[in-house]
Amino acid sequence: MGALILDPLAALGRAVLGACRVAGDVGLFALEAISHLLRPPFYWRLFWRAFVEVAWFSLPVVALTAIFTGMVLALQSYTGFARFNAQSAVASVVVISLTRELGPVLASLMVAGRIGAAFAAEIGTMRVTDQIDALTTLSTNPMKYLVAPRLLAATIALPLLVLVADILGVMGGWLIGTFKLGFVSAAYLKSTFDYLEADDVISGLVKAAVFGFIVALMGTWCGYNSRGGAQGVGGATTTAVVASSILILALDYVLTEIFFAQ
Amino acid sequence: MNASDDRRAAARPGTGGPDRSGRAGVPKIRLRGVRKAFGAKQVLDGVDLDVEAGHSMVILGGSGSGKSVTIKCILGLIEPDAGSIEIDGQDVLRLPRREREAIGDRIGMLFQNGALFDSLPVWENVCFKLLAQGRITRGQARDRAAEALAQVGLAASVGDLYPAELSGGMQKRVALARAVAAQPDIIFFDEPTTGLDPIMGAVIDGLIVDCVKRLGATAVSITHDMASARRIGDMAAMIHKGRISWTGPAASLGHSGNAVVDQFANGEREGPIQMELRR
Ligand SMILES: Nc1ncnc2c1ncn2[C@@H]1O[C@H](COP(=O)(O)OP(=O)(O)OP(=O)(O)O)[C@@H](O)[C@H]1O
Ligand SMILES: [Mg+2]
Repeated sequence: MGALILDPLAALGRAVLGACRVAGDVGLFALEAISHLLRPPFYWRLFWRAFVEVAWFSLPVVALTAIFTGMVLALQSYTGFARFNAQSAVASVVVISLTRELGPVLASLMVAGRIGAAFAAEIGTMRVTDQIDALTTLSTNPMKYLVAPRLLAATIALPLLVLVADILGVMGGWLIGTFKLGFVSAAYLKSTFDYLEADDVISGLVKAAVFGFIVALMGTWCGYNSRGGAQGVGGATTTAVVASSILILALDYVLTEIFFAQ
Repeated sequence: MNASDDRRAAARPGTGGPDRSGRAGVPKIRLRGVRKAFGAKQVLDGVDLDVEAGHSMVILGGSGSGKSVTIKCILGLIEPDAGSIEIDGQDVLRLPRREREAIGDRIGMLFQNGALFDSLPVWENVCFKLLAQGRITRGQARDRAAEALAQVGLAASVGDLYPAELSGGMQKRVALARAVAAQPDIIFFDEPTTGLDPIMGAVIDGLIVDCVKRLGATAVSITHDMASARRIGDMAAMIHKGRISWTGPAASLGHSGNAVVDQFANGEREGPIQMELRR
């Protein structure tokens, strides 16, 4: 009887303890990687390779996501606002939702799928084929060589991607606004920028930097700790994408709350 | 192309490096009571091993007996649960990280599966350690790699290929070139000839003996192949049930008088070693 009641509690306790341990592990891993960023040598070549991978090769995916999101946003807000004759607010709603919220979140989610998975697979394969151990025997710290440049690259690349996403998203909204909803082009653009504040854009870019860090962190951590051959690497890849996606959405709330409070 | 000519041409005199002899009376590598368990499985159960400076030690043992784990413990890749590991009389497990890394700078390792970096071309793999230590520039690295590849009988053009484009035997030779390129003091070879044809195996053995002689290094090799063990080793040690159960001259393998070693060396089914076919 007692066991029946206690069992779920024990399981819950184990789960909570496990989660705490993982969080602690990830935290220490992140701190170590950051400490390597502050101490030479820094692997510029690897940083640049990761940066191109994150920023340049994610561009098409992020661009398409942003354009379609801007277009949908214009249509939907028009439908909604037409019910109380507030169609003129469409442009500002589109730009504010994009810069504050949808740009950073959607771009980061797309990048999580591409980059989180790629980092986890690359580093995981290196782990299970002893290449990470080989680095150590070749006078190279694997955290400094593999993890630190990728973390920095993603943290810098994502705000840039989001800036592009903001611009293309607004363009998507403008396309629908002028060619379908009958707005005058100049008036649409004017009301886009009239109510836009620097804080809207900046808070979105800060979010993007945090999300970029999270995506790279989960990708590298899962890869670094993967075990057991191809299956282990596959598992690490899945975990990296799922965990970073959830963390992005959760942290998005936390960050919004912080910006909101100011 | 004649590989041995290349090798002779490329072998430079005076590559001895600083103080290869070590301190008199202190073994180069000394393990005492090294224990390591993975979960409930006690893999190493008090390993004691001495390797004298300049010697070539061969470690024998059944599959899964903990040979690779032993080497990884010495390299600092696996932290043992107990025991001490001394290199040149210094207990590496208790050294600060920086000094431990300094010792690691003088150690080379050939991994069981090669562990070549598949994102880098062969020449960068071979010169990785020299580049990492800033001993050569990237400009010099290609020539240096060509030299090192020639020593293992590979053409300079191999340097521009990626590891995935090489055959297993070529990968082993590139890995060997990488392990010795920085002229280490101590070299570990984990099954250098497994999976190669007998002739290539003999060639690799020859290369290992060559490299070790040329560098004056201390070598520890793992092998399952008795012919190879006699070729590359002066001394041999048998690991059995998590301990070193026998140490002796490599030449005596097969007629050592130790039942475990002789059963293993002669590949007999009956004897003190009972293969655990099911666990
Ligand atoms: N990282 C690890 N995690 C869990 N178990 C491990 C790990 N590394 C090794 N083991 C276990 O330790 C035992 C010894 O492994 P080791 O690789 O040293 O064997 P080996 O003697 O080198 O065998 P082989 O000749 O087949 O290479 C094996 O049973 C293996 O399952
Ligand atoms: Mg092994």
